Amino acid sequence: MVTYIVKRLLGLLPVLFGITIVTFFVIHLSPGKPTRLQAEMSPKITLEAMEKLDRLYGLDKPVYVQYWQWVKKLVVLDFGKSFTDERPVLVKIGERIPITITIELLSLFLIFLIAVPIGIMSAVKENSLFDRASTVFVFIGFATPTFWLALLAMSLFGVQLGWLPISGIKSLDFEELNFLQKIADVSRHLILPVFVSAFGGLAGISRYMRTSMLEVMHKDFIRTARAKGLSEKDVIYKHALKNALLPIVTIIGLSVPGLIGGSVIFESIYAIPGMGKLFFDSVMARDYPVIMGILFVGAILTLLGNLLADVMYACVDPRIRVGEKR
Amino acid sequence: MKINKLTAFGIIIVCVMGFLAIFAPQVSRYDPSAINLEKALLPPSHEHPMGTDSLGRDLFARMAYGGRISLLVGFVAVGIAVIIGLILGSLAGYYGGLTDNAICRFIDIMLCFPTFFLILSVIARIGPSIFTIMVVIGLTSWMGVARLIRAEILSLKEREFIEAARATGASDLRIITRHLIPNALGPVLVSATLGVAGAILLESGLSFLGLGVQPPTPSWGNILTEAKSTLGIAWWITVFPGFAILITVLGYNLLGEGLREHFNPHRKA
Repeated sequence: MVTYIVKRLLGLLPVLFGITIVTFFVIHLSPGKPTRLQAEMSPKITLEAMEKLDRLYGLDKPVYVQYWQWVKKLVVLDFGKSFTDERPVLVKIGERIPITITIELLSLFLIFLIAVPIGIMSAVKENSLFDRASTVFVFIGFATPTFWLALLAMSLFGVQLGWLPISGIKSLDFEELNFLQKIADVSRHLILPVFVSAFGGLAGISRYMRTSMLEVMHKDFIRTARAKGLSEKDVIYKHALKNALLPIVTIIGLSVPGLIGGSVIFESIYAIPGMGKLFFDSVMARDYPVIMGILFVGAILTLLGNLLADVMYACVDPRIRVGEKR
Repeated sequence: MKINKLTAFGIIIVCVMGFLAIFAPQVSRYDPSAINLEKALLPPSHEHPMGTDSLGRDLFARMAYGGRISLLVGFVAVGIAVIIGLILGSLAGYYGGLTDNAICRFIDIMLCFPTFFLILSVIARIGPSIFTIMVVIGLTSWMGVARLIRAEILSLKEREFIEAARATGASDLRIITRHLIPNALGPVLVSATLGVAGAILLESGLSFLGLGVQPPTPSWGNILTEAKSTLGIAWWITVFPGFAILITVLGYNLLGEGLREHFNPHRKA
């Protein structure tokens, strides 16, 4: 198992190198210098001052030198300083990440809680009314724009019914609350964002679960289980489900980039101080060090998600590890 | 060819939405950017079938013209993605070896980035415009097509008809463009149809955030930006554009699934 993980980690090195290249060149190969826009904001800036600014960020050097300098710092986790408030990028990202990850984990949990049973039910009762209804739901789920859903939910539960708060993660009187009230307050604020962020995934995962379950249900060992007289319940839950869940594990990894990318939208709508909101604000302010930092961190999180999925898959399915040794 | 109900529904949606977009000037009685403050925030009525926005502009006209923009962005972006995907995918599949290795690694790397982050980074750098988002969405969504083409070509290139083409002295370029790609177009068409749906969703999200199509040019996404400030006052501004996006994306997805069924060699007769 350990050799498997080490092997996978080594295989990631070239990808990691590629990620740094793409992150760097997305910002640096576009026409014009990043400092120009910053300079344009203050019209009185002189040519000298602009050159000074370029030197400060090392933009007067050739691109490969700039890249090398950037990577050298990256290795020791120095992402540079934010253009807007001069604070280290790593600190800025660090204080935002926990919120985003908490919301993503909660919505992943919710997705599995709802989507897996839907998928099983549709597969077990293939072509039933429930199966058809869930197919329609899946197509609508795929087609619903997250931000529109967020607006509708906000309008219904926040504005019309007034049940849930519509922005931020804490109430104004947060500091005066006791511990339990604080937890209740934060959870109330998280309900809408978590549901909205989970919605898109529901469709995908329930579809995937259905396909996977159907595939297993047609295997020979299921027929054997039925033939030896096991109850339908045992066949489905003990024999089929365990095998059908295997491929779902990989989906956790694959859904990471989508979830992280989506955080920009619902975090800016609900004014949640997470990584997505930070990214959006940085894009608006053209804060390139922060943009590059988050782009890089986003890619690393995806990479880790994929790795985790592979390792989990290898844990639950011995065939993978055996296959590796051959 | 037998068409199932869902596919037929998809085809109808795609045609109706396409028709409304193409004939936007004919179907709407108003200029989409004509401001009339006396008629601000009117609910849907006979005169304004979808109501008016806070500047008194006719929402139906804005929706029809916005549909033009959204569909245009969707098609151009997918066009760019398909061209890049075709080129890189055929190079990887046909030449194999080091070329294949390099291209596959590049695809892996591109897939690591959350698409939305990558797109926003570029937009932060060169500024939002309709042109920018078409190109950027295209540049960040070609990986699926490239993989498809590569896989198809890998399975085709050892077949006899390719050997025959080679024996007659056809150049690599000719073999790829005349013999290999045409045989792989089915799956690409499926992926492109689904891609249009994805691109429309992306465009609307970007425009909603103010980083896509810029006002006063209407797009379904940027009409919804305004909806945020009229939440609870004017439901029609929130409901119609969102529904238009949903139904259009649904249409292209259903059509794509229908095409997938059609091109699937294992489908039941």
